[in-house]
Amino acid sequence: MDGLMVLALMLLKVLALLVILVVAVLYLPYFERKVLAFMHVRVGPNRMGPWGLLQPVADMVKLLNKELIFPTASNRYLFVIAPMISFGTALMGWAVVPFDQGIVLSNINAGVLYTLAISSLSVYGVLVAGWASNSKYAMFGALRAAAQSISYEIAMSFALVGVMMAAGSLNFQKIVQAQNGGFWHWYWLPLLPLFMTYWISGVAETNRAPFDVAEGESEIVAGFHVEYSGIMFALFFFAEYANMILISALIALFFFGGWLSPFQGIPYLDRWFAWVPGSIWLLLKLSIFVYCYLWFRATFPRFRYDQIMRLGWKVLIPLTLVWIVVVALAVQFHLSPWFK
Amino acid sequence: MLRKIKQYLKSISFLDLLKGMSVTQRYFFKRKVTIQYPEEQTPTSPRFRGIHALRRYPNGEERCIACKLCEAVCPALAITIEAEPHEDNGTRRTTLYDIDLFKCVYCGFCEEACPVDAIVLTEMADYHFENRGEHILTKDKLLALGDRYEKEIAQDRDVEKVYR
Repeated sequence: MDGLMVLALMLLKVLALLVILVVAVLYLPYFERKVLAFMHVRVGPNRMGPWGLLQPVADMVKLLNKELIFPTASNRYLFVIAPMISFGTALMGWAVVPFDQGIVLSNINAGVLYTLAISSLSVYGVLVAGWASNSKYAMFGALRAAAQSISYEIAMSFALVGVMMAAGSLNFQKIVQAQNGGFWHWYWLPLLPLFMTYWISGVAETNRAPFDVAEGESEIVAGFHVEYSGIMFALFFFAEYANMILISALIALFFFGGWLSPFQGIPYLDRWFAWVPGSIWLLLKLSIFVYCYLWFRATFPRFRYDQIMRLGWKVLIPLTLVWIVVVALAVQFHLSPWFK
Repeated sequence: MLRKIKQYLKSISFLDLLKGMSVTQRYFFKRKVTIQYPEEQTPTSPRFRGIHALRRYPNGEERCIACKLCEAVCPALAITIEAEPHEDNGTRRTTLYDIDLFKCVYCGFCEEACPVDAIVLTEMADYHFENRGEHILTKDKLLALGDRYEKEIAQDRDVEKVYR
């Protein structure tokens, strides 16, 4: 009976997280369209409901009503399973993300390792989709995604190695607690190159502009998901946006003190904002990075393929390798105030 | 060497990228210029060439005298006219006046050729067809359009009077 209660409680928690996530992912494309439109001096969607707020609902209903088309030459089994891999891994990553002190689905010790593993797995959705479609554009998209994710996965992991060394732990709670002490104590400053690397490879990892060569709608139509329609396309879409939010949340946790208040240690401001719950701070921080995703998309043209490879292998990886040594020295000699 | 270092420092500081981002952010706050179409419309010139119409005199008599100048001048051969004496007073009148909107290039030559200001192009640019064959504007439809938009048509012709 006790075990059943625990299970029910766990399911309830998962459900709560899922509902929040689905609503967030529903409204992120709306937000993106609005931001892009504003930067184009347009007004964006404004017909469905007040300020177009019902637009995501309309989009969802439309996609659910669409016919699912299976290309004759496709591998039916893999074709169906690919969006599920994308969707599943996009959700699985959220299992270890803490929203506040102790508010987390599973507080496992190797949380960082888990997110790394899951984010690497999510690439398989793209690869399998491109392969199973049996179409040249999808194939190109998948190949590009494969090469890109391999090169950026390394830089991303190395950037996290720096965080692990600085915090001395793979646990998210401990990593955030190690940054305790206000804005200047967060890891973005001592690990600045690693933060930039993680951010850039995070954008590349989620296949967002300016690294969206796997999708590349102007060159290879829609890349790996050209052949997908209806709800299967929606799953890829959902996965992409869930991953965007996940990466933003991870940046906030690793480098910007997670749920810690930015006013910590500042007289008066600290006390005035003490009532704000930590999850609100986390939400604000991750919103900034989500906004930057959209901002980048509105600003930067797509990288050429060789430029992406050059940035990944010749700039980011050497940079992280050097900075890992620097961090190791700083940790060894207890460089205050970051490394006690 | 010094130039190379300068170049390197510039690229590592992301100055160019930040500059680009500041541009997009500035445009984010700019006043939006979108015209919300059905509710708001761009102003049209009185010389605008939209859908055609056949006008009547104020006493209700058709202006068109079936001179066929418009049919002759039409570069797209979009106009077809057949004429017969009117059964009441024996004047020349059209029995058939068709404009094929798929052929029409909206050049406005028909309007210019018309000696009695019968065929005109109105300011209405937004119209559609739902069935096959509806793209042929028959005489009845043209007259109906003329009756419906007579006020606007007369007003536009009045403004342009000095130039004609």
